[in-house]
Amino acid sequence: MNAYNFDFCGTRCCALPSGALYLPEHAVLCVSDLHLGKSERIARRSGVMLPPYEVQETLQKLETDITTTQPRQVICLGDSFDDLDAANSLDEDARLWLTRLQAGKSWVWIEGNHDPGPVDLGGTHRSQMTIGTLIFRHIATAETAEVSGHYHPKHRVAGRSRPAFLYDAHRLIMPAYGAYTGGLSSQAADLRKLFSGQIIAIMTGHKAIPVPV
Amino acid sequence: MTALPPIFQDWFTSRGWTIHPHQQAMLDQAASPALMLIAPTGGGKTLAGFLPSLIELADGRHEGLHTLYVSPLKALAADIKRNLRRPVEEMGLPIRIEDRTGDTTYTQKRRQRADPPHILLTTPESLALLTSYEDAPRIFKGLQRIIVDEIHALAESKRGDQLMLALSRLQTLAPDLRRVGLSATVEDPAAIARQLTRHPDPCDIINADPGPDPDIAMLVTQERPPWSGGGAKYAIPAVLEEVKKHKTTLIFHNTRAQAEIFFHNLWLANTDDLPIGIHHGSLAREQRERVEAAMVAGQLRAIVCTGSLDLGIDWGDVDLVIQVGAPKNVKRLVQRIGRANHRYNAPSKALLVPANRFEVVECIAALEAVKAHDLDGDPKGGGPRDVLCQHILITACAGPFDADALYREIRTVGAYRDLSRAAFDDCLDFCATGGYALRAYDKWKRLLQTADGRWQLRDPRAAQRIRMNIGTIQDTDTLKVRMKGNYKPLGEVEEAFAATLTPGDTFLIGGQVVRYENLKEMTVEVSRRADKTPKIATFMGTKFANSTQLSQRILRMFDQADWPELPAHTAEWLGLQRKFSKLPEADRILVESFPHEGRHHLCVYGFAGRNAMQTLGMLVTQRMEELNLHPMGFVATDYATLIWGLDPVTDPTPLLQPDNMRADFETWLSGNAVMKRTFRGAATIAGLIERNLPQARKSGRQATFSSDILYDTLSKYDPDHLMLRITREEAMRGLVDFGRIEEMLTRTAGRIDHLNLDRVTPLSLPMFLEQGRIAVAGAGRERLMEEEAARLMAAAGVSSL
Repeated sequence: MNAYNFDFCGTRCCALPSGALYLPEHAVLCVSDLHLGKSERIARRSGVMLPPYEVQETLQKLETDITTTQPRQVICLGDSFDDLDAANSLDEDARLWLTRLQAGKSWVWIEGNHDPGPVDLGGTHRSQMTIGTLIFRHIATAETAEVSGHYHPKHRVAGRSRPAFLYDAHRLIMPAYGAYTGGLSSQAADLRKLFSGQIIAIMTGHKAIPVPV
Repeated sequence: MTALPPIFQDWFTSRGWTIHPHQQAMLDQAASPALMLIAPTGGGKTLAGFLPSLIELADGRHEGLHTLYVSPLKALAADIKRNLRRPVEEMGLPIRIEDRTGDTTYTQKRRQRADPPHILLTTPESLALLTSYEDAPRIFKGLQRIIVDEIHALAESKRGDQLMLALSRLQTLAPDLRRVGLSATVEDPAAIARQLTRHPDPCDIINADPGPDPDIAMLVTQERPPWSGGGAKYAIPAVLEEVKKHKTTLIFHNTRAQAEIFFHNLWLANTDDLPIGIHHGSLAREQRERVEAAMVAGQLRAIVCTGSLDLGIDWGDVDLVIQVGAPKNVKRLVQRIGRANHRYNAPSKALLVPANRFEVVECIAALEAVKAHDLDGDPKGGGPRDVLCQHILITACAGPFDADALYREIRTVGAYRDLSRAAFDDCLDFCATGGYALRAYDKWKRLLQTADGRWQLRDPRAAQRIRMNIGTIQDTDTLKVRMKGNYKPLGEVEEAFAATLTPGDTFLIGGQVVRYENLKEMTVEVSRRADKTPKIATFMGTKFANSTQLSQRILRMFDQADWPELPAHTAEWLGLQRKFSKLPEADRILVESFPHEGRHHLCVYGFAGRNAMQTLGMLVTQRMEELNLHPMGFVATDYATLIWGLDPVTDPTPLLQPDNMRADFETWLSGNAVMKRTFRGAATIAGLIERNLPQARKSGRQATFSSDILYDTLSKYDPDHLMLRITREEAMRGLVDFGRIEEMLTRTAGRIDHLNLDRVTPLSLPMFLEQGRIAVAGAGRERLMEEEAARLMAAAGVSSL
């Protein structure tokens, strides 16, 4: 597999090239910032109609990761939906698909700034949760041993910029998993101030590649 | 013959002028619904265009807009306003003349809509914007004439298509509208006339006396041109000498970056402190205006410039034009030379300065073509549909429209005369619903049909966003550059260039060396540096493609036994290429292999033109990828493709095998960078991607995600979508130019000369400084990224945390 294994705050972690995080000791798969329904929200608000296939694309990717890792639990780390209207207007195919993915496993929707309320799509809704030594929430705080999303970090190596995991000794920030998500450069001050000491970026893409920031 | 009214006759007499024959002809045929004048620069072309308007407006009885003047450049509109006001003021005519461009203030624009002047000078984009307002029928009511200046330049681009679509709209709003085109000398006037007229009406063409041949030569320097490079730094002392000898010199460059470097070096050598300015499209408006004003006031001895000064601007006392870098296109060269010496019937004076030895050959070929009056040009295809989509959205902004009526109106545009109803409906459907196979937007359609069957915007507020994104100019995304702590921008750089900068890097902008500090609120912040040489020499800029005719001339020249017409150093250089490698021949493909800076290089000389050579680069690197040769990237020029990779190529024959080339081509088409770039352009014009958003980008977070993702998603889920069809067609015609690859392969019929050499060859040298390198996103790139990451991990002394 093209994943990258590392220890983070005492928990064994595996960064998948897709941008998902797998915790083998707990059989937990975590994905962040799916932004499902983004094209629908953009059309509603601006009139610009992007190719309406990003839900399919994102769910297909998620299904592949679930098939590969066979998790007991899936954590969607916030901003799973581009807004609550988008969550409520997911088409029937997408709803059935999600239900299929949820079958036989515990599914947790962590709330994000785009999707603060509960959604009518199965699974449980939480503001944050703890797995082993790690705490999972959408937006990073000062707390250590924390896994969060929200910033959509990207990193540039050898001239190529890609979504990337960023972590130091205390926190890990996940890349955006959704198909239509932009990103924030790892150099941005908003991101840099969250970290201290050596930061490692794990590039997504064909293979998860670690690189010092 | 229509006689000049006395007041005009007196004015001509008072200035000691007589009316030119072509000006009289324009007057005689003023009633013609479509009229085109072909005249050299300096032939009183603008006055010829405006004279009928001035005469019709002289009695002060016309109310509202009478004449619209459209030019491709903002600067041209401002310049014409200046020149036109003089006769109007001197004759005391009751005529109000104003200009309206992207630079006009908001208040002035509002006032112009409420109370339009008699003559409005504008650009295609500003005109399209005007037609998008609900009150367009009132603004254009009574419009009598539209003058399209430099129509030859507009006719070659999508801007021209957009303008002609706007014209069809205007003709409906003002049925008496007469169309006038002003053109420089072109190879096929009838083709341009067909674009100007309301199809299928005829268009009258008036040919002015072309004037004497220009006095044009290559600048002879003590110093030899370098083997490679585009800066022409070697020629600075000689250029300065020429500037001293003339009143005013225009120094043209092919790219903004080259203009910046040349200007910088010129100032370092300008010990006499001659007043020399710089003018190009990346500079902030205030800076451009300052240079323009100084030029008009006669305060400058020279201006270093690019295409932004290219078109018909009357700078008065220019008596020398210097072209730095090979002109790439004979027609453009001739038009540039027209800048010099605006006295009618006096030969224009121009000097060509080749930047390197290959350009010496190109310059000589261009000179011969000018002498032979051999202008180049490529036939233009049908009207582009991305522009049509934008036109439909613009129409919707102005109010509900009837699809049948709009279709009929569009078919009066020459370029769209063969547009089928089905093709039109496709575009309408795209604008209304997105045109996706998955009908996902029924609830949020952009356009809705009203009860009476007419189409309108679902949300009228969308009009603002559509208006913000009007235009077809494909500038790559640019970021403003400003001094830290200073609000006023210095100019712009391309986003891709900005992305390569790290704090501390120095580069040139506006003729000064600046240091990159940071990126703040989507603005590049810099500080001043006293350095003489910038660390990073260039930022990217537009590039021109060599015409086929020039390429053919160059190949014929290579075939000669010796080259008495070339300077000794260049003849010597070609001799070296002949000695150490080989000179390319018209009926064979020359392939050179050599190592350079740790990479294996392959140089294929095909002379098929820049676009086709680029496509060849794509196809060959794809085949290399399949053969595990780890290609890393390539760069193409008009004559060759240079490919570099991690492994050597021992036999190029399978890479250039014509069998399956077409099939490879089809496969390749779906997933390559050129297609993605073409898609980005078409999708932006058609309104799928917004360039400008209502609220300024604050966070530094990408406001939009990459168009590549949209392209990939569409290709995967909706391969027959309109945007992909447009992309394919355009790529085939323009950037891809597969036809010329097939022509090259047929012409050479498998006759490949492969030479293995131990170093960079003389002829391939200039390729190494070409901009526009394209990275191959394959296994080689992945391998390199891994290697780089591993190196960084090791250097940082961490294996993990």
